[in-house]
Amino acid sequence: MSVTSPTGAPAIAGRRQARLELWQRNARRFLAELGRQPIALLGGLVVLAFILAAVFAPYITAHDPELGSLRQRLIPPVWQQGGAAEFPLGTDGQGRDLLTRIIYGARISLLVGFLTVAISIIAGAGLGAVAGYYRGWLDTVLSRFADLLMAFPFLIFAIAMMAFIGPGFANLILALTFKGWVEFYRLVRGDIMSEKTREYVEAARALGRSHPTIIVAEILPNIVQSIFVVGTLRMGFFIVTEASLSFLGLGIQPPTPAWGSMVAAGRDVMLTHWWVATLPGLAIVLLVPALNIFGEGLRDILDPRLKVQ
Amino acid sequence: MRAIKILERILYAIPIILGVAVVVFVFVRLTPGDPVDIMMGQGGAISSGEIEQLRAEFHLDEPITNQLWYFLRDAARGDLGYSYILKQPVTVIIADRLPATIELAAGALFLALLIAFPIGIISAVRQNSILDRLSMSFAFLGISMPGFWLGIVLILIFAVALRWLPVQGRLDPQITLQQITGFYVVDSIITANGPALWSSIRHLLLPSITLGAAVAAIVARVLRSSMLEVLRSDYVQLARAKGASESLVVVKHALRNALIPTVTVVGLQVGVLLGGNMIIETVFGWPGLGRLVVDAIFNRDFPLIQGAVMVYALTYILANLVVDVLYTYLNPRIAL
Repeated sequence: MSVTSPTGAPAIAGRRQARLELWQRNARRFLAELGRQPIALLGGLVVLAFILAAVFAPYITAHDPELGSLRQRLIPPVWQQGGAAEFPLGTDGQGRDLLTRIIYGARISLLVGFLTVAISIIAGAGLGAVAGYYRGWLDTVLSRFADLLMAFPFLIFAIAMMAFIGPGFANLILALTFKGWVEFYRLVRGDIMSEKTREYVEAARALGRSHPTIIVAEILPNIVQSIFVVGTLRMGFFIVTEASLSFLGLGIQPPTPAWGSMVAAGRDVMLTHWWVATLPGLAIVLLVPALNIFGEGLRDILDPRLKVQ
Repeated sequence: MRAIKILERILYAIPIILGVAVVVFVFVRLTPGDPVDIMMGQGGAISSGEIEQLRAEFHLDEPITNQLWYFLRDAARGDLGYSYILKQPVTVIIADRLPATIELAAGALFLALLIAFPIGIISAVRQNSILDRLSMSFAFLGISMPGFWLGIVLILIFAVALRWLPVQGRLDPQITLQQITGFYVVDSIITANGPALWSSIRHLLLPSITLGAAVAAIVARVLRSSMLEVLRSDYVQLARAKGASESLVVVKHALRNALIPTVTVVGLQVGVLLGGNMIIETVFGWPGLGRLVVDAIFNRDFPLIQGAVMVYALTYILANLVVDVLYTYLNPRIAL
């Protein structure tokens, strides 16, 4: 009697094909679901618009985001008396086009948000998977460390860390991820612990698959959706935190355009020139709710269980 | 039994507090240069003999484990070091600024709950009404809006355009107030100083709204969803079937149970209030701990930053402890 080996080449190719088809089917179902949630879709489109603006910034505006002109200082927005069509949202205290700086500022915000989420996911999910799967002393140490980090309010922790290591882009990412991984660690650790007892994991183990393969190839595809949802929701939070740090002068340093530091610079002239401080902040007020709406939509579609949590 | 559980919870907080102190200690070591280098950076030439003497005084010539031990020992005694910029012990400086910060946080929490409770309850009772949709949209915006921007917009509207409220500070400069507790509202009441009371409340209003907005938004959302859950439950249906009036059902049966998750969320928001206060105090020129820390960062006054971060973290741990204890009183079925 011949038995087809489950590890044979045709079987693997067949499984790949089946998995691909499953992904395609899921993607189609997801897009159809998203179409049924117009508000979440709108949020997603706003986020997409910001991403496109950030990527194609040099093609959208002809002005230099960092180079000012003393003659063109504090020109009001185009709809106000004294405004100029060349500077639709006016200029700042150094004569730089505000719209240009807001568009370039999107690069910083999105990059910080994306990198922080990505690194937090890699670190948090990686450690969470190892801790939740193997348990033991490593789990104890990591979980106690996570508890310890949770004892600090996020912004205080980030401010303190930036105060000690100094401002700058890399330090900013470090300060945000140093505590940012904890949420993903807890999520993945918990998920892995519950998935570990499921039958498909037992089956994979019986087939002789190694522990790392089981984690990556068997369990991870089942929990990747919740990681994705929490990641989207956290991105808005990280963007606001970056803006807050930059507002305090601890994050991105001038002249690099970052929304938080632009608001801070506008504060000095806000009583006489309102637009310099308020308009860059408006970009945050558009992007972050859009991200959150999109994230909540994703959650409802991909992982309604998280809503209860 | 409850007392044992509470004691257990307190004991559990001790290693966390110790860990927090170690993390804060490590933070300071991340700074390039040691405290003496930083002091040197303040200007003035010092002889190398004096530098060595200062290093010995700060125990910087000893192993790092000894330094950690001295730091923990002093912190346990309530000694958080000395600010060589402000030339005062850190605890004295913090104690001096703390009332302003607590007053602002209390004002923010009070306003947040004052707004969140009616909104949360009405939104749940009138689910999907225009009022519900409108208030939940505002709540959504409130969560996503950065505090520093909201503060500036409120200043521009209520202080600059309408001239209803002051731009910054705690009291009008022409008003004198005898300070007893350091809480201006309380001191005004104790000394029966009407103009000071009016002025301090007016000054407190905008920063409190700004700081409390996010908290109000989160609490309203949580209260609404837990009210909805409770209103659908069997025992509420039973209470209704027994002929209890709708207001009795909402207040006595639903609200009491919906309070349990809400209290936890309120406790977690203490972190938001603490973190937010650095931002809001900077925007409104509020002379509290948050602004002190921000100033200390730019003055490179590390002992002060270190001490303040310790105080923030301890407050947060304490707040969570209080919430945990409160939780058992609200819901005796749940063990700590």
